[in-house]
Amino acid sequence: MAKITLTPTKIPTLRLEAENISPDIFAGKSKEEIAQLHVFVGKESQALGDYFEIAGETGSTAADTTIVINGDVSRVKYIGMKMTAGEVVINGDADMYVGAWMTGGKINANGSVDAFSGLGMTGGELTIKGNAGNYLGAAYRGDWRGMQGGTIRVSGNAGSDIGTFMRGGTIIIGGNVDVHVGTHMEGGTIIVQGDAKSRVGGQMVKGDIYVFGDIEVMMPGFQYRKDVDIEVDGTEGSFALYEGDMGERHGKKKGETIYGKLYMKY
Amino acid sequence: MSRSLMRLHSLRRSAYRQVGNLAKIVTDVVCPFCGTLCDDLEVALDDSGEKILEVYNACAIGATKFLHSQAEDRLTRPQMKQEDGSWKEVTYDEAAEYTAHMLVDAKKPLMYGWSSTSCSAQSVGSELGEEVGACMDNTATVCHGSTLIAVQDVGVPSATLGEIANRADRVVFWGCNPAHAHPRHMSRYSIFPRGFFTGKGSKSRKMVVVDPRRTDTAKMADIHLQLEQGRDYELLSAIRVAIRGEKLPETVAGIPAETIYEVADTLKSGRFSVIFFGMGVTHSLGKNHNIDIAISVTRDLNDYTKAAIIPMRGHYNVTGSGQVWGWQFGFPYCIDLSRGFARYNPGDSSSNDLLIRDEVDAAFVLGSDPGAHFPVGSVRKIAQLPSVCIDPHITPTSAVSKLHVPVAFVGVEVGGCAYRMDNVPIETRKVVEPPEGMLTDEEFLTMVLKRVKEIKGAA
Repeated sequence: MAKITLTPTKIPTLRLEAENISPDIFAGKSKEEIAQLHVFVGKESQALGDYFEIAGETGSTAADTTIVINGDVSRVKYIGMKMTAGEVVINGDADMYVGAWMTGGKINANGSVDAFSGLGMTGGELTIKGNAGNYLGAAYRGDWRGMQGGTIRVSGNAGSDIGTFMRGGTIIIGGNVDVHVGTHMEGGTIIVQGDAKSRVGGQMVKGDIYVFGDIEVMMPGFQYRKDVDIEVDGTEGSFALYEGDMGERHGKKKGETIYGKLYMKY
Repeated sequence: MSRSLMRLHSLRRSAYRQVGNLAKIVTDVVCPFCGTLCDDLEVALDDSGEKILEVYNACAIGATKFLHSQAEDRLTRPQMKQEDGSWKEVTYDEAAEYTAHMLVDAKKPLMYGWSSTSCSAQSVGSELGEEVGACMDNTATVCHGSTLIAVQDVGVPSATLGEIANRADRVVFWGCNPAHAHPRHMSRYSIFPRGFFTGKGSKSRKMVVVDPRRTDTAKMADIHLQLEQGRDYELLSAIRVAIRGEKLPETVAGIPAETIYEVADTLKSGRFSVIFFGMGVTHSLGKNHNIDIAISVTRDLNDYTKAAIIPMRGHYNVTGSGQVWGWQFGFPYCIDLSRGFARYNPGDSSSNDLLIRDEVDAAFVLGSDPGAHFPVGSVRKIAQLPSVCIDPHITPTSAVSKLHVPVAFVGVEVGGCAYRMDNVPIETRKVVEPPEGMLTDEEFLTMVLKRVKEIKGAA
């Protein structure tokens, strides 16, 4: 796999919109061509080379291309947005929309990422060593399709509104989460290994949510069913199974109503 | 013919009528204060027809707005802040020049406000925003913007206030206090009017108020749900559970389960239920999700009866701003035009996020007062940036701006279209002339637009 390295050389005055930092766009381009790709600061179009030192080479296809960003890109938006294959490694913090609408490939963020990361993603792996912001794996405004496939793994904490309108895939949070987990969820799995505040599974139709720690305030529409012993993401344990949200519509399968499932670890 | 009906007929006959030899009364005046947009005001003018003497039918806030336009110490010319902090009077031409250069030179200017002006001024503003690649945002961003997000997420079953007056027999005020914020709402539309199917006025209606405080509105209610602060989502969810007849925990948000079942039954048993909601839910914990689930409650109720939900919009034409941008850009607020096409994502393209995250480099404010409404961190940014405030009044925003451009009062000194909180457009009325030589919002924006085009053409 060919590796190309971007080292930030300048801090943008406002925020940098760099949707071009993606293996799909870099593939088959020379360093000079990549340096000429546009980035936007407000209405001004500038060159990627104005902000990054570029080294290494790209592969002929996205799948053969690894982009390594060495440095702080906490003022750079849209890294790896809509990528389909290949790999992006971010050795630093990144701004909003990391891996938004990605359909394949891998993003390894070794720092933290801001809001709207993994928004509406349908495939691939997004791994975040630090913390994630709000709306992780959620739906774009007005879209009824949040995350539909792939895996998001966050070692730290995540913000609010994670997995809103989620329909597939897996989100694993090593730390704690803020309010609204899996709101309007219609499928997929969310695992919270720390604590959750409140509004877990509100308006949930289908899918699974696992919480290892506490939920400060439980939604009134969840009813206790039974205790189950299961293995979740490599952790075996005894969980209390709740079903809900009782206030929401639910489909039927073989005459049986299918509810959303919320597992609370003992 | 009843007395009131006769009076109504006489009002309709002529917009102006003479009372003896004393004052001239302008009738059917629309109040440019809140989203209720009362259209039955009468304004008494002096002999010359230039001075407002009194305002009839309006609430205290609305009347004050009319009378405030008459203030002796009113600012009538633009003024520019000097290095030593003092203000120097400048001409409208100089003001337009500064504004145009500020907008053209900025990489990403913020153009905020737009809620206290007419739709035609908003439309000129849109053209200007597009020309300079601005981030356009209106006061919904700190008000009912979360409502707009919820509507995009789950849709909305709504109605006009006329329907409410004539039909609604179950009225819920959730997180709003119309007794103080929309003073004539209850008398004109929601609680007291004797409508076609609500002949007994307030006696034919059941009023539910949901508020953690015992407000003056709550004191009038048949049922007051005094819930725990920030637990609206849970309580709304519990009402949905109760509507479906499912089991509830003993208490939700501090409200006993039996009370929740009772409220659910009250709403289901009505012929027409309506939920009005305000800032208590739109900007407390959860924001758009609170509205989302309130809309879901309304949708659920429609399985049993007719139900609607209406936001209690604040500024008199914030709704119109959403309407104008809706048809011009496809989005009602938080519009980022910097790349030449409209992008929208509150949380990213919303004013406070833009200001606090250092994403904008100039601030233009028209028809709103972020200095009074925004967090201090955002206001500090406005103070640091090149900034213009277009407002008839001296406000906290004008105080921190580099340039203050006073303009004529829309709805008092110039007419123009405004949208009521239920999305009904109403043409406001000009009552008196503005002070000599003063421009309207629209005229000043047109000047700036012309100058921007000239500067860009030369560049």
